[in-house]
Amino acid sequence: MAETQFAESQTIRVRVNGQEYEREVPVRRLLADFIRHDLGLTATHLGCEHGVCGACTIIMDGESVRSCLLFAVQADGAELRTLEGLADGDEMHPLQQAFWDNHALQCGFCTSGFLMSAVDLLNKNPQPSEEEIRHGLSGNLCRCTGYANIVKAVQAVAEQSQS
Amino acid sequence: MKPAPFKYACPGSVDEALALLQVGGDEAKVLAGGQSFVPLLNLRMASVESIVDLNRLDDLAYIKRDNDTLCIGAMTRHRQIEVSDEVRAAQPLLCRAAAEVGHLAIRNRGTIGGSLVHADPAAEWPLVAAALDAQFVLRSQDNSRTIAAREFFLAPLMTAIEPHEILCEVRFPVAPAGAVWGFQELCRRPGDFAIVAIACQLTLDAGGTCSAVSLAIGGAHSTPLYVAEVEPILIGSQGDAAVMTAAAEKAAAAVDPSGDVHGSADYRRRMVKVLTQRALKEAWDKAAKSERVLQ
Repeated sequence: MAETQFAESQTIRVRVNGQEYEREVPVRRLLADFIRHDLGLTATHLGCEHGVCGACTIIMDGESVRSCLLFAVQADGAELRTLEGLADGDEMHPLQQAFWDNHALQCGFCTSGFLMSAVDLLNKNPQPSEEEIRHGLSGNLCRCTGYANIVKAVQAVAEQSQS
Repeated sequence: MKPAPFKYACPGSVDEALALLQVGGDEAKVLAGGQSFVPLLNLRMASVESIVDLNRLDDLAYIKRDNDTLCIGAMTRHRQIEVSDEVRAAQPLLCRAAAEVGHLAIRNRGTIGGSLVHADPAAEWPLVAAALDAQFVLRSQDNSRTIAAREFFLAPLMTAIEPHEILCEVRFPVAPAGAVWGFQELCRRPGDFAIVAIACQLTLDAGGTCSAVSLAIGGAHSTPLYVAEVEPILIGSQGDAAVMTAAAEKAAAAVDPSGDVHGSADYRRRMVKVLTQRALKEAWDKAAKSERVLQ
């Protein structure tokens, strides 16, 4: 039996948007803080820091998760995708373009979380109804837009993929 | 907001996890999906000396059917249950309940075992576990025991689990032939904890007469509440409105709700009645639409 010990810090390796990183982190470092502070990838935002607002949503091993509810050490060996990994060079991701076209953001603070949640939603259900979109994004809070244009933007991408 | 410092271990086997829990003593805590526990740490409403992380224990993440029992490993994520064809065939109420747990990102990560041991009386898993008479398999380093869901929940966030025990498996009875179910949840926004929720399973004969029923209430009592008192009213009935109303009144009389910002105690009690009527009607309507479980 391998002897796992309690530790106060740990060296982890993660792949973020295709790039490998290796860092030593205190075990209490939240994954969101690791991404922002240790890796300098500041597109992932932190709103509530207790799993309510959804601003820190990222994709871990293909599924959306709240990076404020994970410790960085739990991502050891994982493949992460943050907003920085969404665009293809200068070419915006279809969801980013649709947010632009539909004016689906105002202050923009919540936007990266919405985009990452929408990526997972469309991945699991490429043709969602308006209700399914609203349900799928209900874990993300936006205080500016009233959500209407966010829903419209996701609908636009769903329609594109249909045609 | 950062959690206070702690020590952390991520074991590769259940045996190792149990050994670490013994080493950690009473100040060690188990981390499952972390969707309730980590917020408490971030807000410093909880602090621990050490954490034993179960997330690498793939042998606690499974869904398997063993004759009339559906066995779900404690580290199975909500989302896996929500979309499982095996669960849908054996006990479709579980898929319905899973879909109501939090939001997509929470369901991707949160686990059935974590939710049960967290024991929020308004959460979906404690409710359906009480309704369906689930059994929980708890292991410690030198013991393994099975406890009924209906005996497990003691008070809000308080259960019968010992500090050195880990919940390993949840066992649900497979829905019997002729079973129909109802699930009603009242909350302010999708994904919120329930203000009041009702889960019920009825067994109906070909003519729609009820031969067995089990019903539980969430959000309106200090624990999920199984209501045996509705059985004599509903068994033998065909689901007419007066009978459902009588059962709903019994359910409302059984709870001792407390009030909060989302609803007063009186409001919750009234909603128990309304939602019980709806849940029973939902179940009988399923029979009328031939959506019965056929095993």
